[in-house]
Amino acid sequence: MSAKNPKRSIRRLIAIVVLVVAAGCSDPATTTSSPAPTTAPLEHVEIILMTHDSFVVSDELLESFETETGIEIRVLPAGDAGTMVNQAVLTKDNPLADVIFGVDNSFLSRALDAGLFAPYLSPLLASVPDELEIDPRVTPIDFGDVCINWDKAYFADAGLTPPKTLFDLTDAIYRDLLVVQSPATSSPGLAFLYSTIATFGENGDYTWIDFWTDLRDNNVLVTSGWEEAYYSYFTAASDGDRPMVVSYASSPPFEVIYATEPIDEPPTAVMTQGCFRQIEYAGIVAGTEARPAAERVIDLLLSTRFQDGIPLSMFVFPANADATLPPAFVEHAVVPADPLSLPDGATEANVRLWILEWTEVMSR
Amino acid sequence: MTEQDSPNRRSRIARIALIAIPLSFLGYFFVYPVASILGISLFGEGGFSFSAFSAIASRPSLRAAIWFTVWQAVASTLLTLVVAMPAAYVFARFSFPGKSFFRAAITVPFVLPTVVVGAAYLALLGPNGPLGIDLRQTIWAILIAHVFYNYAVVVRTVGGLWAHLDPRLEEAARMLGAGRWRTFREVSLPLLRPAIAAASSIVFLFTFTSFGVVLILGGFEYSTIEVEIWRQTTAFLDLPVAGALAVLQLVGISSILVAYSRYQERRSVEQQLRPAIEVARRPRGRREFALVWGVLGFTGLFLGTPLAVLVGRSLRVGDGYGFDAYRSLGKATATLVPPAEAIGNSALFATAAMAIALIVGTMAATLIAYHRTAVSRWFDVLLMLPLGTSAVTIGFGFLVALDTPIDLRTAPILVPIAHALVAIPFVVRTEVPVMRSVRTRLREAGAVLGAPPGRVWREIDLPLIFRAMLVGAGFAFAISLGEFGATSFIARPDAPTLPVAIFRLLGRAGAANFTQAMALSTILMGLTAISILAIERFRIGDMGEF
Repeated sequence: MSAKNPKRSIRRLIAIVVLVVAAGCSDPATTTSSPAPTTAPLEHVEIILMTHDSFVVSDELLESFETETGIEIRVLPAGDAGTMVNQAVLTKDNPLADVIFGVDNSFLSRALDAGLFAPYLSPLLASVPDELEIDPRVTPIDFGDVCINWDKAYFADAGLTPPKTLFDLTDAIYRDLLVVQSPATSSPGLAFLYSTIATFGENGDYTWIDFWTDLRDNNVLVTSGWEEAYYSYFTAASDGDRPMVVSYASSPPFEVIYATEPIDEPPTAVMTQGCFRQIEYAGIVAGTEARPAAERVIDLLLSTRFQDGIPLSMFVFPANADATLPPAFVEHAVVPADPLSLPDGATEANVRLWILEWTEVMSR
Repeated sequence: MTEQDSPNRRSRIARIALIAIPLSFLGYFFVYPVASILGISLFGEGGFSFSAFSAIASRPSLRAAIWFTVWQAVASTLLTLVVAMPAAYVFARFSFPGKSFFRAAITVPFVLPTVVVGAAYLALLGPNGPLGIDLRQTIWAILIAHVFYNYAVVVRTVGGLWAHLDPRLEEAARMLGAGRWRTFREVSLPLLRPAIAAASSIVFLFTFTSFGVVLILGGFEYSTIEVEIWRQTTAFLDLPVAGALAVLQLVGISSILVAYSRYQERRSVEQQLRPAIEVARRPRGRREFALVWGVLGFTGLFLGTPLAVLVGRSLRVGDGYGFDAYRSLGKATATLVPPAEAIGNSALFATAAMAIALIVGTMAATLIAYHRTAVSRWFDVLLMLPLGTSAVTIGFGFLVALDTPIDLRTAPILVPIAHALVAIPFVVRTEVPVMRSVRTRLREAGAVLGAPPGRVWREIDLPLIFRAMLVGAGFAFAISLGEFGATSFIARPDAPTLPVAIFRLLGRAGAANFTQAMALSTILMGLTAISILAIERFRIGDMGEF
């Protein structure tokens, strides 16, 4: 480009920009990511399955499914659960996927309100407990509970009785012992906030805000994410100094399965009160052109051959009651009797305000 | 203007390609996606409105995040410059045993995922750490980690130019009676300004957009604009506010970059560069030995301790030690492809990203260095913007924009492309100062002697800038190895990169998962050091010597 003729060079530049932009702006209706509709079962169909980044499925399962049905599942990871839902909402008009898996109850109302899903009732729902079913547009696939975990060795050595309820955590004998995650940046952190709201409520003599004020005065430590709470502060899993952490009800069996040296008993235990239940759903994307194949993919996700693998691959419990749990889960996992939940849509409507109020309490 | 218009048609085509290729690349893979997502965010149903900006102004938490972003970035940049400058000098001016290994090793921190470095620092800065004071969740933890991450940027960028400064200039000043400090201040420093400005602009950009370090080491009370964009987008789907924050971030970064670019135009001086091998010499006398080994000792301790913590943790088995975590990497657990496969994926993506970044980056650098027009100045700023754009903005931008004419949204090539976007500024930043310092007269002499521009470039410029290209390539490769933010949006689950695999392992309970994550981190460190070492050893004829 020459300085002697700047106008010419600018014109050239504009031409290039226009070309580039034009190349990217052809009619969006001419291409779609969905394959053509089909009825013949063995005709090759590609189904794009959008999931959060914790989703894991074995290649063997996908291959045998393709051999049987002609349906090739392409897995499309889309960040964490919140990111995924928002990506799906954002690309609603030209969907990335035919089936979406991993929408949990915190984000469900946003997905439903956006009209992401078309109703489908899988025949396999007969094996799923009723309390997991919430809406015909989505199919429950798995559930997990966010609970306080505590370090058995620490409590035994200190001669301390572990807490039984959320309220116990405000007792001075548990001062400096608890680490939780910020609901603003962490999914279990948000679930834990929900469990305190479900327990103490927004009105009355002792609200969730009072509880958190007491917790703060009892020197609770707040981290941004689960990783550092568990692996840098929790005494049972690090050199840290906090023997209680917000984690999952399935964490203790994981400590047994993924121990560096074989152990019989997990070093951690779960406080079964005050747990918040997260249910993960799958749904067929409204407007998919491969509806019959998408239904079979939902059926696959709910079938025991996928459900059997859920505990070890994703931390959580299968929704299908016929699924076989691995021995370590049968032995060491607890399913809380009365998990907490919030009314449908309450989380979506209030989450901003609650996080704001929580931040105000904790920053004081 | 430094070059004459040549009637040679080939060179005109070359020149158009020089502009068109980098511009189309940036245009299609950066400007277009980011403009699309910002358009969707800010031009809602009711058309454009400023309500999102006033919403930011009315929320104290967002105002605090903006202010914190600015001041911690300034503080981090200054601190990194001060702490890393002695090492830049020592690496530039002295030769000592193991130098090329050291130089490769200091680049390792740069690529480590923050979730891993965060774990090391939480151990080091805790009450039981070597400092004995609890700095966790304080601003100090954030600043220290920022210096740790960006140390190599200053040492290599500033040291890269310093290694070529003619030492006779300083010797002359000393001979004329100037003390060491005065010589540095009045002779070396002015000559080094282009490189110092280049390094500062990169460190500023990196710390301005800090994400993982702030979240992990700062706890819940510190937040940057980058963190807020992520929160507003992923947790609340508040696209207007996220978009407005992204615009503010881009404006902030652009103004720094424009200032930098103006400065560079005014200040860069042509000088006679010397081959590094002639400049560096063995330390002489006690003071020099003390300086060299003191600086190396500090560098080793400062950068090595957190790395040693990670290696140590990867070797833990129950209460003892062993290589169990490494042995188990080849086995597929029920959850993942064998973690070892991530090594191959990462190497493949990094090679592709390096190639893209080197081609596009060198073209862009040539354009910026030799064609000093307003357009090339703006282009320089544009090239740097991906560094200052949140991974969420880029990731969401890819999603809404790259579905036509071909649907690239799920194509594996997007991974190295995203990495190259972040790596190109490094290629450009390491090459431009050297290119600008190449004397115009050398080039003109070649042209007068009848060499066509292509040949002038090949035989005069290329040998002189080859060394800088290697450094840029090393950075590009390393950046790709360590990139996590954008990758997590687009990497396929059956082809995780090392950072993605580390992150997945760290997301699960179980001591073996943790030690495996640490083992993969150790491998990532080793792979980085080895590949940078190999790239810098690479020579064509005597080109690499300069």
